[in-house]
Amino acid sequence: MAKKKQTETVVMTANGEQVIKKQNLALETWRRLAKNWSAMVGLAIVIVLVLCAVFADVLYDYDTQVIKQNISNRLQAPSGEHPMGTDEVGRDVLARIVHGSRISLEIGLAANVFSLTVGGILGAIAGFYGHRVDNIIMRIMDVFLAIPGTLLAICIMAALGSSIFNLIIALAVSGTPGYARIVRGAVLPVRDMEYVEAARAIGCTNKRIIFKHVIPNSLAPVIVQATMHTATTILTIAGLSFLGLGISPPTPEWGSMLSAGRAYIRGYAYLTTFPGLTIMITILAFNLLGDGLRDALDPRLR
Amino acid sequence: MNEEIKNTKDLELDIKNLVVEYRTPGGVTQALNGLDLEIEKGKTLGLVGETGAGKTTTGLSILQLIPDPPGVIVDGSIKLAGEDVMLKSEKEMEKIRGQQVSMIFQDPMTSLNPVMPVEDQIAEVIEMHELGEDGKPISHSAAILKAKEMLELVGIPGDRGTEFPHQFSGGMKQRVVIAIALACNPKLLIADEPTTALDVTIQAQVLEMMKGLREKYGTSMLMITHDLGIVAEICDTVSVIYAGRVIEHGTLEDVFDFTRHPYTEGLFNSLPDLDHRENRLKPIKGLMPDPTNLPKGCAFCPRCDYAMEICKTEKPPRVYRNDEHYVECFLYNEQNIKEGGLLGR
Amino acid sequence: MSKIDTNKPLIEVEGLKKYFATKRGMLHAVDDVTFTINQGMTLGVVGESGCGKSTTGRAILRLLEPTGGSVHFDGQDLLALSAEEMRHKRQELQIIFQDPFSSLNPRKTLAETIAEPMEIHHIFDDKLKREERVLELMDTVGLARRLMNVYPHELDGGRRQRIGIARALSVNPKFIVCDEPVSALDVSIQAQILNLLEDLQEDMGLTYMFITHDLSVVNHFSDDIAVMYLGKLIEQAPSEELFAHPTHPYTQALLSAIPEPNIHKKTQRILLKGEITSPIEPKPICRFAQRCNYATDRCREGEPCLKEISPKHFVSCFLTDDM
Repeated sequence: MAKKKQTETVVMTANGEQVIKKQNLALETWRRLAKNWSAMVGLAIVIVLVLCAVFADVLYDYDTQVIKQNISNRLQAPSGEHPMGTDEVGRDVLARIVHGSRISLEIGLAANVFSLTVGGILGAIAGFYGHRVDNIIMRIMDVFLAIPGTLLAICIMAALGSSIFNLIIALAVSGTPGYARIVRGAVLPVRDMEYVEAARAIGCTNKRIIFKHVIPNSLAPVIVQATMHTATTILTIAGLSFLGLGISPPTPEWGSMLSAGRAYIRGYAYLTTFPGLTIMITILAFNLLGDGLRDALDPRLR
Repeated sequence: MNEEIKNTKDLELDIKNLVVEYRTPGGVTQALNGLDLEIEKGKTLGLVGETGAGKTTTGLSILQLIPDPPGVIVDGSIKLAGEDVMLKSEKEMEKIRGQQVSMIFQDPMTSLNPVMPVEDQIAEVIEMHELGEDGKPISHSAAILKAKEMLELVGIPGDRGTEFPHQFSGGMKQRVVIAIALACNPKLLIADEPTTALDVTIQAQVLEMMKGLREKYGTSMLMITHDLGIVAEICDTVSVIYAGRVIEHGTLEDVFDFTRHPYTEGLFNSLPDLDHRENRLKPIKGLMPDPTNLPKGCAFCPRCDYAMEICKTEKPPRVYRNDEHYVECFLYNEQNIKEGGLLGR
Repeated sequence: MSKIDTNKPLIEVEGLKKYFATKRGMLHAVDDVTFTINQGMTLGVVGESGCGKSTTGRAILRLLEPTGGSVHFDGQDLLALSAEEMRHKRQELQIIFQDPFSSLNPRKTLAETIAEPMEIHHIFDDKLKREERVLELMDTVGLARRLMNVYPHELDGGRRQRIGIARALSVNPKFIVCDEPVSALDVSIQAQILNLLEDLQEDMGLTYMFITHDLSVVNHFSDDIAVMYLGKLIEQAPSEELFAHPTHPYTQALLSAIPEPNIHKKTQRILLKGEITSPIEPKPICRFAQRCNYATDRCREGEPCLKEISPKHFVSCFLTDDM
């Protein structure tokens, strides 16, 4: 069929040849993503969250505004001074939400990087070598998958005690099998492509084949999974904290704020409304972005 | 344009000046640019061309199955036995498809439903279109019976009808596809590269069978292919299509023995000659033009060894060598086309 | 480059076997195949899908490890090499693939793809020199130099196939397996690529194993033709001889089935019954017997072996024994 028209830019190389400029594949993907309205909304929200997390200290001082109790100010309705009101011990809710984003994103990111690395390597090995190796790795992963993720995290937290580090471990372990499956699924079709055989035919080592040919071509679903899974992880953090197993007070965390506000839900609904909304919007934003990435990375659209 | 109306012919299919575009954000692909096609009742026309020439689009337009969007039929008329299909409603088209016109697709592996026994797939078409003896819609059992008959007809034992597509080999799947297409005795059969996915010995079997069935039922056929060998085997007339236009048309003899268009000549020269194996191939230079950006004049001009200045700017007119055989090329006029033209082969 | 002696064998394949384990038993993809290809010559291998012709090509290159038999390249036993030695040996044995769409890494530009073999085998470690060599190769295969930085998805099938050819040539191989290099291309492009391969053979003294299902192409292209059926080599002869005197009933049917673009030549079709049977755990009988129009009880009892019926013409059929 017809190739779509290229905007060909001619450039000069070192030895004076006129050649068509190299197309930037990442830029192409970005262009397609930018056309997707909902993905852009998702991305904007994610960026705001990241900025909040990075500049949390500039916006609100942790010691004086986020954790310091101020009983005289307790349970104030939203106002100019406290846009989201104050909680039962007089702390600014907005300040705590802003600092909470730091906790959520930090833990979410750390747990995801861990699951991605371990799950990715295991999945790639399973997919690339196949047969017995595949069987052994994937059956172990299946065992983990058979336990509900949150339940597994609860067990780990209950066994190891609640601390940020243990929370990361718990989330990372429960996220690993998902990544292994996705990566294996992405590697399998690529492994059977003729260009992998071609790479072997020109004398590539297995290592080179995996890193230069297989991984770059199976990244797309992994990027999508990473985005979507971040949402799941943040939700799990909130869930665990809500149950009292995650982040312990006074560290600001959306789930534990929700939990603390529960006692005052009749009179002071904003204590639960704002953290609840934040969680919802965050999850929605990551999912919108993930969906958009899935479309933008789809090779059929190329 | 040379508007010669041939009332004497009894046409099963008559396409005039068909223009189809695919409009995408990336640009407008001009799939067909004024295509003319005629098939007489009971005859077989070979539509020959390369990837992207518009062969499949032609087949889909006849059935009004162009994916819309992005496909748009911009201009032209398609008449089936004298009736314009463009004026038909979707409901009426549903009746026509399968009953009056059927299509066989290239890939037998994907055109069958993998979770349905083959006889049910054949019966489905029959139930949709045929009436029983009492004038009511045909019963399922009667349709299955007819389906088994169809299977026997294409050379598959009727009792294998309860099997699923994956239990059949490639050649047999294509036979099933043909059985489905012929189940309602269509007047016109559109075969889009029906044997390309098959091995030569199987291809020979399937072609032989199609020839037999065509004679038995007097079906007209549109044979879409890139293989001139198959055309020589099965067709009565040939239309050579390039960039959405028929650039040469005639009877088998006209086109094979009195080849006029440089492109048609190029196609013949590109094929290895079985009798003179040492001969070097003479390929057509260059590539198919970009259908989103066709040349202003003759679409073949950039690849043509005989191109002249005029070819770059103007569309060549149609020149007739006899009542049937015509060429769209500036090399010819009314006189020299009969003399053997400028090209010798 | 050393002198090409067309009487000296480059590739000697003997009793080559490749079996695959399936759930229903051993699949005999290639079963006891023997042939030699002399330097600078082309052996065409024809057969229908599933006859084992591609598997044979890959087993010779050890892209698939053969189950049995031996492969000698320039007198050296390839199967005796360690994996690492074989990896280095690949400089001399290359392959061109059928599908110009899946045989190129979509994330590598044209120049990166062509340069990769040189990178691996450390030919021209100087970057500029290597780039110069890439451009030379692009000239050789007829790719415009300005395309060096484009990705495969921006190109058509014919140009992609030229990239595959340039990649194979980049290490100066002696032997190339061409696995249906033109069957995915349009006729006019097909002729361009065939001519290119012919020119390259002449200029560089290459030896080809040309795998195809298209008999008119193989006739045009090859010096010798081997016909395979269900993993077995059933007939081998010089091209003229094979087309003039096809002897195996399958070869006869295959040749008669070629649709020729000629309306005056009416060949008598030999139609075969049924289709290719399963290569899983085949019985020790003639594998073609089921479809053969001349099959006798003898064909269903024992397995014929390859015999030379005239100089360089080998056939594996009981019928020829009586002749």
